[in-house]
Amino acid sequence: MTTGYNFAYLDEATKRMIRRALLKAIAVPGHQVPFGAREMPLPYGWGTGGIQVTASVIGSDDRLKVIDQGADDTTNAISIRRFFARVAGVETTESTTEATIIQTRHRIPETPLREDQVLVYQVPMPEPLFKLEPRVRESTKLHALAEYGLMQVKLYEDIAKQGEVATSYNHPVIVDGRYLMSPSPIPAFDNPKMDMNPAIQLFGAGREKRIYAVPPYTRVESLDFEDHPFRPIRAPHACALCRSTESYLDELITDDRGGRRFICSDTDYCAQRQRT
Amino acid sequence: MMHAEGLVLRFGAVAALDDVAMEIHPGEVLAIVGESGSGKTSLLRVLAGLQPVQAGSVVFDGQEVLSLSDAAKRRLMRTEWGFIHQNARDALRLDISAGGNVGERLMAAGARHYGRIREETAHWLRRVEIDPARMDENPRNFSGGMQQRLQIARTLITRPRLVFMDEPTGGLDVSVQAKLLDLIRGLVAELGLAVVLVTHDIAAARLLAHRIMVMRHGRVVEEGLTDRVLDDPRHAYTQLLVSSVLAA
Repeated sequence: MTTGYNFAYLDEATKRMIRRALLKAIAVPGHQVPFGAREMPLPYGWGTGGIQVTASVIGSDDRLKVIDQGADDTTNAISIRRFFARVAGVETTESTTEATIIQTRHRIPETPLREDQVLVYQVPMPEPLFKLEPRVRESTKLHALAEYGLMQVKLYEDIAKQGEVATSYNHPVIVDGRYLMSPSPIPAFDNPKMDMNPAIQLFGAGREKRIYAVPPYTRVESLDFEDHPFRPIRAPHACALCRSTESYLDELITDDRGGRRFICSDTDYCAQRQRT
Repeated sequence: MMHAEGLVLRFGAVAALDDVAMEIHPGEVLAIVGESGSGKTSLLRVLAGLQPVQAGSVVFDGQEVLSLSDAAKRRLMRTEWGFIHQNARDALRLDISAGGNVGERLMAAGARHYGRIREETAHWLRRVEIDPARMDENPRNFSGGMQQRLQIARTLITRPRLVFMDEPTGGLDVSVQAKLLDLIRGLVAELGLAVVLVTHDIAAARLLAHRIMVMRHGRVVEEGLTDRVLDDPRHAYTQLLVSSVLAA
């Protein structure tokens, strides 16, 4: 651990402020709690919210995994992992089962999570209503009064115009039958994994300065219509590397003649399956 | 159904409402007429719980409206009440299809069956004489009269009992106005709606209203059955108002 930094980069007072926001967020599942997001040594949109949440909950005996679109080996994932290795001296891992804290951008691991794990999401836009209701004051009121008809209108428009709900990612959910919540831009395929998950799910939006949370074993329902039920979508192929027909797949273009391959977006899951 | 008394609303030194009382019964159409600035729109906004007052009370179904919470007022506005704005574009969502606009109130009231929402929406579009084939079109492409009819369908779909209308025919050309008035008259009679109609158009008031209230400088100067007020106006101002209507 490099000296000159407080443990996990943030000063203790800031961490305490963020923990207070986290406690409140867990007490009111799905509700967005404002917090004083700090300047971080990386740009907004690169996970500043997630990093601050991770920094506030991580301890010296934690083992951290960071994924970006499911992958452990992309730039963003590697830099954040290295960042915490340097400023907190914690162990890092690429294995979902070995990790105690998993910071993620846009995916939930395929391997089921456990009660002793914390999943930290990086959130670009915490307000699910922002495209429909630009006035923050009004959208706050809609949350307060649980008036979510507007979101349903958006789904209605999708079906009317495209025959199906077109939000393949960031599909809005209702948490514990009360708050409308953005699941962050995870694929709709991952939405069902949030429901009754044994792990703690924390969401940090750095630029928008909001924190929200889903406590363990909490109901998370994706919005839909009775006659157009929510469908988690995945590409109808098997992974080219591990042959999985259950995991979420990325499409890779392999040449300029239309060649393409589908492989698991969760690199740890795929590597494990290839080993066994 | 609704009655109000002692309403006082001042904007600085100007009295928009000066000790105003009114009542409306189920199925009744009450027109509030007067010149611009007479306080008629202010009265409508107060009755609908959109504008706080300095004094007075508004009672709807035995409930004091002015002291209701925001949540309760919004619930009334979604279910029992409707509000039709002069400018349809203020009420419609122009980046959402005509069908979405009409269905919004159903969804706000908890409808979650796409097929049934579509059916009900198509039914209401037909009732306001809009071809259901244009359901998925953007209302931005609709004419002013169509937008106004769309607003009516959107408001009436949840079958409110009391509808507030603020100059519903304002800004439309005369032939469109006539058609729209005819449509409103038909719907009001058929659904047994109570309507508080604010207008400066005496002809519209004569066609739709059972009763008329004439306002001037924030006061009610005359009130009575439509024919009585318009054919035998007693107050000097009403006489002026009636005599200044152009004969076609």
